Amino acid sequence: MTRKQRRAAFIGLGLGILSLAVFLVLFALRDTIVFFHTPKEVVERQIPAGKRFRLGGLVAEGSLKRGEGLTVAFAVTDTDKTIPVTYTGILPDLFREGQGVVAEGKLDPSGRFHADMVLAKHDETYMPPEVAKALKQQGVWHGDAKAKGGVPK
Amino acid sequence: MIIELGHFALVLALAVAAVQMVLPAWGAHTRDARLMQAAEPAALTQLALLSLAFAALTYAYVTSDFSVENVWANSHSAKPLIYKISGVWGNHEGSMLLWVLILALFGAAVALFGGNLPPSLRANALAVQAAIALAFLLFIIFSSNPFVRIPLQPEGRGLNPILQDPALAFHPPFLYAGYVGLSMAFSFAIAALIEGRTDAAWARWVRPWTLAAWVCLTLGIAMGSWWAYYELGWGGWWFWDPVENASFMPWLAATALLHSALVMEKREALKVWTILLAILAFSLSLMGTFLVRSGILTSVHAFAVDPARGVFILAILVVLIGGALVLYAWRAPQLQQGGLFAPISREGALVLNNVLLTVACGTVFVGTLYPLALESVTGDKISVGPPYFNLTFGPLMLPLLLAMPLGPFLAWKRGDLLGALQRLLAAAGIALLALTVTLALTWRGPWLAPFGIALGVWVVAGALSEWVARVKLFSAPLADSFYRARGLPRAAYGTMLAHAGVGVAVIGIVATTAWQSEAVLSMKPGDSAHIAGYELAFRGVAPGRGPNYQDQIGLLTVTRAGAPVTELSPAKRTYDAPRQTTSEAGIHVAWRGDLYAVLGDELADGAFVVRLYFNPLVRLIWLGALVMALGGALSLSDRRLRIGAPRRARRRALAAPSPAE
Repeated sequence: MTRKQRRAAFIGLGLGILSLAVFLVLFALRDTIVFFHTPKEVVERQIPAGKRFRLGGLVAEGSLKRGEGLTVAFAVTDTDKTIPVTYTGILPDLFREGQGVVAEGKLDPSGRFHADMVLAKHDETYMPPEVAKALKQQGVWHGDAKAKGGVPK
Repeated sequence: MIIELGHFALVLALAVAAVQMVLPAWGAHTRDARLMQAAEPAALTQLALLSLAFAALTYAYVTSDFSVENVWANSHSAKPLIYKISGVWGNHEGSMLLWVLILALFGAAVALFGGNLPPSLRANALAVQAAIALAFLLFIIFSSNPFVRIPLQPEGRGLNPILQDPALAFHPPFLYAGYVGLSMAFSFAIAALIEGRTDAAWARWVRPWTLAAWVCLTLGIAMGSWWAYYELGWGGWWFWDPVENASFMPWLAATALLHSALVMEKREALKVWTILLAILAFSLSLMGTFLVRSGILTSVHAFAVDPARGVFILAILVVLIGGALVLYAWRAPQLQQGGLFAPISREGALVLNNVLLTVACGTVFVGTLYPLALESVTGDKISVGPPYFNLTFGPLMLPLLLAMPLGPFLAWKRGDLLGALQRLLAAAGIALLALTVTLALTWRGPWLAPFGIALGVWVVAGALSEWVARVKLFSAPLADSFYRARGLPRAAYGTMLAHAGVGVAVIGIVATTAWQSEAVLSMKPGDSAHIAGYELAFRGVAPGRGPNYQDQIGLLTVTRAGAPVTELSPAKRTYDAPRQTTSEAGIHVAWRGDLYAVLGDELADGAFVVRLYFNPLVRLIWLGALVMALGGALSLSDRRLRIGAPRRARRRALAAPSPAE
């Protein structure tokens, strides 16, 4: 094998694997990504029922209700719009009314969100960035001030 | 007073770093030996100063000095001592201090043990190390100073309870030792580019440090995964979360670097590529620090952060990575090309390893950063979850695992693929046997999983076959094999163990992904549940009290076919400060798998939500990682690596002529 052929073999190998990877990435990105929406966006953009997405906002005060068995109902709000949510399973330890939450699932035709995953956070002053941003844009939440504000002077 | 001393030492370390950055590099440029020698005491002074600063902060934590803001915000006087100490790096400021301390440790190691390196290479490498230290010290002093005082407070706010855990106490030091260890490869790569010259001696010096960093990174990631498994109560061990990916990408790059440095050391080939990989590996570590600490990514592991810091770290990233890549583009073409080799050869196999690992790392990179890019372009917020990674990363690992046992059987320069395959016939037979047995045992599906198990078995058996072939087990008298086994270098055992560890982990990953069973139910005292052949009787919930928390402990009696197995006591733990609840999973460990129980909320009718998992063979994942790390450590202890760098006589000969430019 000449030097040129060897080099061609390695370049071919590299390009082959790279194109396989690009194909896989494009294929996977088309089918597996999940969009994030606030309740306001869900209403404005009229997200169709059955489409999987992440819903983020605050757990509305006084909305948490335990249903039969393991089913819980609560509402996610950005203070502008509110979406009712149903979830079956164990809520994360830091799940509380008035706190930020991200739920993943689908809307049903009646506009109720059926979550199959509710995200836990490691830190109680932590707010998911999307939620914080969306809430800040609406002037509801001033998380940075809250997180840092406790420092005595 | 001690705090001020620590603060002062920190600022002084900044000044020393500035000196260490400028003088040796200038000395190397002007061939002034005295200036180059300044690097050595500077590096040692930096280590001393940063140790002092770190000790001062640790002292503040141990004595619960709540006049220090950092201690007040992250500690509590009632915390057990181990968590007071681990609290030092359980927060942003302290962890950054640990970062530079480890950096200084590596710098001092170069100064102390680098006596056999060409002086200008050592001077330049230490200057680059100092530049990194300078950037991070500026960052610490100006945006996250752990020594800031506040009026004395009566009590601290406490450490985030989920961080009060033995595995997580030691997870950051290992992870950081891995991240920062890669800075050695980076500094030497930059030094080589400045000098315009690399050789086998360069690789022989860089490889053990990369290996040490890789071992720490492997252990750190495994510890983090183990912690997430038992502490977060989701029964999962890896979530393809951005923060996890941030540590996984440097690991992939470091693994590739280890293998390409091998080619460079043995055959003086792949120089330009190895240098690039060294730069990329450390860049990914820096990015890992950035991703975790800037808060720009949504992550289940994310902690509250200050966005101003993100901008600072971004600037550091741009200067260090951008500068390194520009230097690379400018100087790399001048590096001499090394030895030739055929596509089918040990080098060829290592190139395949490198291509697959870097491309796989690239897919993880895209998946981690695509949401960021999309949001800044279109404003759409998305999340890329496990399905993406399973679809892209998985298929790329397939050829890697298939080819892994072949590599060590191929000769350098030109290998014999057919011969290598013949020597792996036994391993292939064992893998086929494993496939048949698993298929028979799990005929209900999923049908792909047995192939995954067989792949893992193939990797393990392939790694062992190499050893069998080298000691001539079965083909020579037993005494002869024993003699050969003792004579085999430790590095060979290291390779075998590390490769076998990958196989073990693969078996665990496939088994637990494919055959995990899960049940979420509400149980009243007296109720029982069935999962994976176990019967669990719920006996009720009792209160308990720890040093700084209140427990609500559920009791489950586990039997299997009528015979008692164990009692599980999953708990809900409410800490005194900060007032926060965590789940403590009850886990029964057995060879066939883990029985895993989580206690949830109490329902209106007195029942409790209970979540049960059975995770088959899940321990093999961490066992595999441990075996990998052990292999790395064994290889590190090989005598050849320790005395491998060139001797003095040769060094003089090398140092005399100025590099061709």
